[in-house]
Amino acid sequence: MSVLLLAEVAGGALALDATAKSASAASALGPVTALVCGPAEAAATAAGIAGIDKVLHCADDSVANGLAENLSALILQLAGGVTHIVAPATNSGKNVLPRVAALLDAMVITDVTKVLDANTFKRPIYAGNAIQTVQSQDAVKVLSIRTAAFEAAATGNAAPVETVTLSDAPALSAHLEDMVVKSDRPELSSAKVVVSGGRGVGSEADFALISGLADKLGAAVGASRAAVDSGFAANDLQVGQTGKVVAPDLYVAVGISGAIQHLAGMKDSKVIVAINKDEDAPIFQVADYGLVADLFDAVPELTGTL
Amino acid sequence: MKVLVPVKRVIDYNVKVRVKADGSGVDLANVKMSMNPFDEISVEAAIRMKEAGVASEVVVVSIGDAKSMETLRTALAMGADRGIMIEAPEATEIEPLAVAKILKAVVDEEQPQLVIAGKQAIDNDMNATGQMLAALLGWGQATFASALEIADGKAQVTREVDGGLQKIEVALPAIVTTDLRLNEPRYASLPNIMKAKKKPVAEKTAADYGVDTTPRLKVVATEEPAGREAGIKVGSVGELVEKLKERALV
Ligand SMILES: Cc1cc2nc3c(=O)[nH]c(=O)nc-3n(C[C@H](O)[C@H](O)[C@H](O)COP(=O)(O)OP(=O)(O)OC[C@H]3O[C@@H](n4cnc5c(N)ncnc54)[C@H](O)[C@@H]3O)c2cc1C
Ligand SMILES: Nc1ncnc2c1ncn2[C@@H]1O[C@H](COP(=O)(O)O)[C@@H](O)[C@H]1O
Repeated sequence: MSVLLLAEVAGGALALDATAKSASAASALGPVTALVCGPAEAAATAAGIAGIDKVLHCADDSVANGLAENLSALILQLAGGVTHIVAPATNSGKNVLPRVAALLDAMVITDVTKVLDANTFKRPIYAGNAIQTVQSQDAVKVLSIRTAAFEAAATGNAAPVETVTLSDAPALSAHLEDMVVKSDRPELSSAKVVVSGGRGVGSEADFALISGLADKLGAAVGASRAAVDSGFAANDLQVGQTGKVVAPDLYVAVGISGAIQHLAGMKDSKVIVAINKDEDAPIFQVADYGLVADLFDAVPELTGTL
Repeated sequence: MKVLVPVKRVIDYNVKVRVKADGSGVDLANVKMSMNPFDEISVEAAIRMKEAGVASEVVVVSIGDAKSMETLRTALAMGADRGIMIEAPEATEIEPLAVAKILKAVVDEEQPQLVIAGKQAIDNDMNATGQMLAALLGWGQATFASALEIADGKAQVTREVDGGLQKIEVALPAIVTTDLRLNEPRYASLPNIMKAKKKPVAEKTAADYGVDTTPRLKVVATEEPAGREAGIKVGSVGELVEKLKERALV
């Protein structure tokens, strides 16, 4: 058995947390070859992750922006003899893996939360309200890994790095521009503490209350769908069934009611705090510490006390 | 330009599903079913393209048991022109790979320039069908769209990605999958619901397309997720901070 792991590259650098967590899931399946599409430093960082036996580095422009057609062609070019193709279940992983699977006539297995053996995996369905154990009979298993469910592999490794190039890019699509906001805050999916705001926060201006508390806690900022749809927060901060899934040590939900779609993205957090003025809000059913209060009083007081 | 929109019948997003006591699956008996919310967004996007004169015809297709006809009728009531009902096992039981194979056969027949699918069905949460269909057709794909424009034989798509947004261009024919922010779907008016009953729907079966719908993934078990221990309510911000300090969280 052998695994091809698609490393996560974001903003020109290796996303270490997502890649190291996927590596720990992948290394249970056999020797791991990681594919890094990006600058040489990203490949070097990946070579340092424990459990990665070899790094294939591709610096081609055609795969630098994650275009699915080109990237899946490269993965197929490199997948000879491989039994598992694995990537983190990020938006980039979700974009490319099903395409790869279909080209191999395999059924993709997305959002894997547990590897039971080489063919058997657990994954959540129905917004995490049920957990399915599925067994694949496909010759090549194509899996995306829900990183929040795995520990990160250690670093300090020194795997060899080999250069590869894509021989034939389908060129069906072209990258025009990235509209990515750089933030000094910790990254949402890997942060130890997350402070999220919902519709209750009321406006984009008042969302500063959420970021102020987050900064005090060294936390990442998250949001409910309603807060994103209302323009209070950026789309990539949405936590939930159809956004990001997080499992930090501490999750603080402010002005969020606790719809099943939101809970799906945060209910595996170690400790959950909810601040909501409605004592019957469903978020309190999953909160370790619930505070029934107006957030415009409670959040400034909390930020001031810490 | 013809636009094809696959619509799936799924459990309504407001329903909290329960796992059956014997662990054989989830309990769908007497549960409210609806069109997958992302598919409503796709239908809306297609209808707006028709209203803007960009699309000439909007064809909707649903794969599942006979009840999927309701989902098709909803799409027709929103404004789609005609439907294709493909009888197969219950929609939640068919895997994206089989759905993509059937859709490929439909595309071969219908020759649309654009397929707009949802990014994810909220029952299996797979997020796979659009990408798989693009692969089988050898077409370009633009997933997780929050803006979509057609010009000069290309689709310009703004995609919701991990760090924010990304704009790409895909040559037509292509597959787009929709994200939440693309639009707000309309409700079907009563007169349109009545009119939809007369819109043409072709009835087919999965076998007509020669596609084997046997699942590739064997479901070994379905379980409830681990529950959380009941928490407490704190009376003040001071008490909250004290509790968090006790657990060394602040
Ligand atoms: C297909 C689909 C996918 C979805 N995906 C997601 C997802 O990934 N993530 C997600 O979050 N949602 C998702 N949703 C939306 C979800 O169903 C809810 O609509 C959403 O989570 C509600 O956000 P909210 O809690 O911020 O808003 P609301 O439900 O409106 O709750 C606002 C809360 O703020 C409280 N509040 C108001 N004012 C104050 C105040 N001054 N002080 C304290 N509390 C106050 C209120 O009591 C209320 O509980 C999805 C929905 C669909 C249909
Ligand atoms: N049985 C089906 N019938 C019609 N469309 C489907 C079906 N299954 C999936 N789709 C389409 O594929 C999208 C993604 O579904 P999935 O890959 O299952 O998460 C849905 O939003 C639909 O547009």
